[in-house]
Amino acid sequence: MPDYRELLQQVKAEIDEVDVAAARESDALFVDVREVDEWMEGRIPGAIHVPRGFLESRIENAAPDKAQPIVLYCAAGNRSAFAAKTLADLGYENVASLAGGYTDWKRSGLPTELPRSLDAAKRQRYSRHLLIPEVGEEGQLKLLDARILLIGAGGLGSPASLYLAAAGVGKLGIVDDDRVDASNLQRQIAHSTETLGEWKADSAKRTIEALNPDVEVVTYRERLTSENVDRILADGWDVIVDGADNFPTRYLVNDASVWHGIPVVHGSIYRFEGQVTVFSPHEGPCYRCLFPQPPPPELAPSCAEGGVLGVLPGIVGSLQASEALKLALGIGESLAGRLLLFDALATDFSEVTLRRDPDCPVCGEHPTITEYIDYVEFCSGRPAHA
Amino acid sequence: MKTVRIPPALRPAAEGKREVHAAGGTVRELLDDLMGRFPALRHQLVDGDEIAPFVNVYVEGEDVRTLDGLETEVHDGSTVILLPAMAGG
Repeated sequence: MPDYRELLQQVKAEIDEVDVAAARESDALFVDVREVDEWMEGRIPGAIHVPRGFLESRIENAAPDKAQPIVLYCAAGNRSAFAAKTLADLGYENVASLAGGYTDWKRSGLPTELPRSLDAAKRQRYSRHLLIPEVGEEGQLKLLDARILLIGAGGLGSPASLYLAAAGVGKLGIVDDDRVDASNLQRQIAHSTETLGEWKADSAKRTIEALNPDVEVVTYRERLTSENVDRILADGWDVIVDGADNFPTRYLVNDASVWHGIPVVHGSIYRFEGQVTVFSPHEGPCYRCLFPQPPPPELAPSCAEGGVLGVLPGIVGSLQASEALKLALGIGESLAGRLLLFDALATDFSEVTLRRDPDCPVCGEHPTITEYIDYVEFCSGRPAHA
Repeated sequence: MKTVRIPPALRPAAEGKREVHAAGGTVRELLDDLMGRFPALRHQLVDGDEIAPFVNVYVEGEDVRTLDGLETEVHDGSTVILLPAMAGG
């Protein structure tokens, strides 16, 4: 039976080692296999943390591509040597152990970083997120850094904003120029009987702050227009959740998001039915690829004219929140390129495929609309150049 | 027989029906059958000899504009979805 020293030598003879200078030049994924307390005291920037005790069970989630170059490190290069052998046994093809480990890395004056972490209160508040491998502490920190802009604090914006706030999205913007009316309360759950008559943006802000004080809420008590959209988007948003109630705003949101490169989580509702998708600028179709022209006004009644089942925006707005959280976390398959249709009467979800239109006037190969237009006129049903 | 799904905004023109059966081997024949029975649908679905630009028609989940347009074949058992934009929020 070999002792520890002999076993280590045997293993080191079987694996590849790389020194800190070579490791720094490589584009490999760094995997830190040390214990949590070591990781918390500093790490190689960009490294992911998979403690050696969890290596076999967690590595396939953390690094699904077995051909991807990986550099494993520990404090001095011994635990990572054993870890490299394990990964080779699991079929990883391009694995090396960092000779000298984190100690040599640091001694060579190479950059290190201290991992950010959640305080005890946040750990408790977001504990159900921390338990999900796809979210975890890193993901929760991403959410706390995320900035999501909601267009409309009505039927869709209410549930979307509440779930995004509860999830710990650090900054929420709310654009709405309307005041809370009694007819809103059948579905717009961010508002209440107590806030009747208040600006919806302010009413929603109060509800959100009561739910989660970690969230900074920026209110815009104005209607989104060609004149103010660039100023509002310049405040810096990662994702837009479109819950507008009219076509001119939806086309404006689309054009602005394509030009600013911000993904839009789109939702719309009428009576018992809803539509949800994600428009990812220049990667997937945009709203104009889907609907190049708005319907004539008489064929597109609003919820104010045609009504809506109160819970419907709760379902559709929650789906929008789910898509927005996935985008902020960078996980899962988004609805980009797919339009989800929900019918509450039949309790039926169906999906149709959306494709980019190469002739799209905004995101196509030869765009013909390159600046904001008169969106009200565009949606009025009157020819624009009559 | 093929099933055509009628969106809420068009139901007033189709006796309030959510789904109807229609006959025909192509989108054009199906829509002709449908518009023959529900004439009020015509100006909401077609513009001259084209599908109206504000309506999408999907056969098996694919936009017929990316297939053969009105000549797209529809097989028995297929579902055709008519989809105008809706803006409510």
